Amino acid sequence: MTLAEILGSLFPDGHSVTVREGLVGGSGPFAGNSLAIVGVDGDTPLGIDGALTLARSVLDTVRAGGRTPILVVVDSDSQRMSRRDELLGLNEGLAHLAKALLLADRSGHPTIGLIYGHSAAGAFIATALATRVLAALPGADPSVMDLPSVARVTKLPLDRLTEMARSTPVFAPGLDNMVATGAVHAVLDPEQPLHGQIRDLIAGLEPGDARDRLGAERGGRPMAQAIADAVIDQARSG
Amino acid sequence: MAGERAASTDPDALSWYEATARQRVVALADPGSFREFLPPTERRMSPHLPLFDLPRAFDDGIVVGRATLDGSPILIAAQEGRFMGGAFGEVHGAKLVGLLRAALELTPRAVLILFDTGGVRLQEANAGETAIAETMRAIVDVRAAGIPVIGLIGGRAGCYGGGGLIAGTCSRLAVSEGGRISVSGPEVIETNKGAEEFDSRDRALVWRTMGGKHRRLTGGADAFCADTVSAFRRAALDLIGRAPSFDLETLEAEQARLEARVARFGDCRDATDVWRRLGVNDPETVPAMDTDAFTATVARVREADHDAR
Repeated sequence: MTLAEILGSLFPDGHSVTVREGLVGGSGPFAGNSLAIVGVDGDTPLGIDGALTLARSVLDTVRAGGRTPILVVVDSDSQRMSRRDELLGLNEGLAHLAKALLLADRSGHPTIGLIYGHSAAGAFIATALATRVLAALPGADPSVMDLPSVARVTKLPLDRLTEMARSTPVFAPGLDNMVATGAVHAVLDPEQPLHGQIRDLIAGLEPGDARDRLGAERGGRPMAQAIADAVIDQARSG
Repeated sequence: MAGERAASTDPDALSWYEATARQRVVALADPGSFREFLPPTERRMSPHLPLFDLPRAFDDGIVVGRATLDGSPILIAAQEGRFMGGAFGEVHGAKLVGLLRAALELTPRAVLILFDTGGVRLQEANAGETAIAETMRAIVDVRAAGIPVIGLIGGRAGCYGGGGLIAGTCSRLAVSEGGRISVSGPEVIETNKGAEEFDSRDRALVWRTMGGKHRRLTGGADAFCADTVSAFRRAALDLIGRAPSFDLETLEAEQARLEARVARFGDCRDATDVWRRLGVNDPETVPAMDTDAFTATVARVREADHDAR
């Protein structure tokens, strides 16, 4: 689905969402309240300027109160890779955006991610992965790094990596693999109105971080939950 | 055992950069106080590295446990930069996540994270990336409970990729000259954007752009340490005592701080241009300054100290 189709399905009565230089912001009427939208469209890389624009919007929503839910729509590139961004402290900018979303969630504003295109690396962590529940639409393509780059770094032949990727969700790019690790909670049905599907996700929000449990259930991260629990057990027993 | 050797090492003499993760932890904490969770004897190893014919580590490249610092209970994690570049794999990341979740129950005086990481371990990329997101949420939970989370950065792998984002989530950061904090590493920028954008072989450029001195001068880190374990210990104790709270006011202040930084330095090409605008008289001399001279320089820079993190 395109962003315009998503917004049309979310807000049949209209909305104020705009896109400027790939950055998405605005809101629309939703379940008797409103739904705030922030995000990145058009495979745009997320640099420090964009991260601060999005964070400003999130903090404004928190400041306004009212428990308005925040939907983070994502079709981005990775973080913007540049000397200027790193000189200006991109790590602080991206972490600040993630913290703003985590603060919003703690402050009673449900945060929902919706990945409908690409996203990767730092941009993915600072946006979609900083929400309480992350949904995807079919065709979404989250990744950490594309296979040719993985081949360069790991010095393994690309054809062997491609073969391994079929049976090993833990390293291969793609939506199915991110579902298996628990990072993506649910895949939505583009044939049904998104309005109701997002409303149901908000209604079903659980406390805590469900991702390692989902990763264990789905087999994409077989050990993470058990390891984290074992650390907690040993910490308790002193 | 390596731990016992390290325990007898003089923290004033032990180089943070050269030390192993376990040496750092043992020498940083009060003598004899460190107790490791999931120690190497339990052999909690990566289930994924054998697929790539890569060797595994019994601790998956991270040491986690509890200790005391000046008598106060702390939880502590230390990444081992010599194993897979300290990168986040499934087990590695889950140990850190578990430690942070345990902090909510144990309410220690602080959680210390000794970063030494290139970011996500590509052989386990999806697990590593998800663990970084879980870590950031857990840090926010711990901070919101009033427990400072302090990052210490001075290892040979630096603090790159998702590690840089986790660092930016901490309450306070201490960094040494050898510590580098960045999202995209020099090689990554060069590979994707060309050597004209970033020449990764220009080590002086790397240190100026991502190194501890630049981060300290611009307020990206809150303390600058000499490269010894005792210097990091003193910095940790100081930072624990003045950690900002995690709330809307802090994040509004951080928003203003970062917006002001971009407005003021957004057209700078090089770190020396930034330092000049910060009021450093002779910015070309910064890379060669010793710790005392640099500390005196930082004291004259208003942007270096803040509670906006």
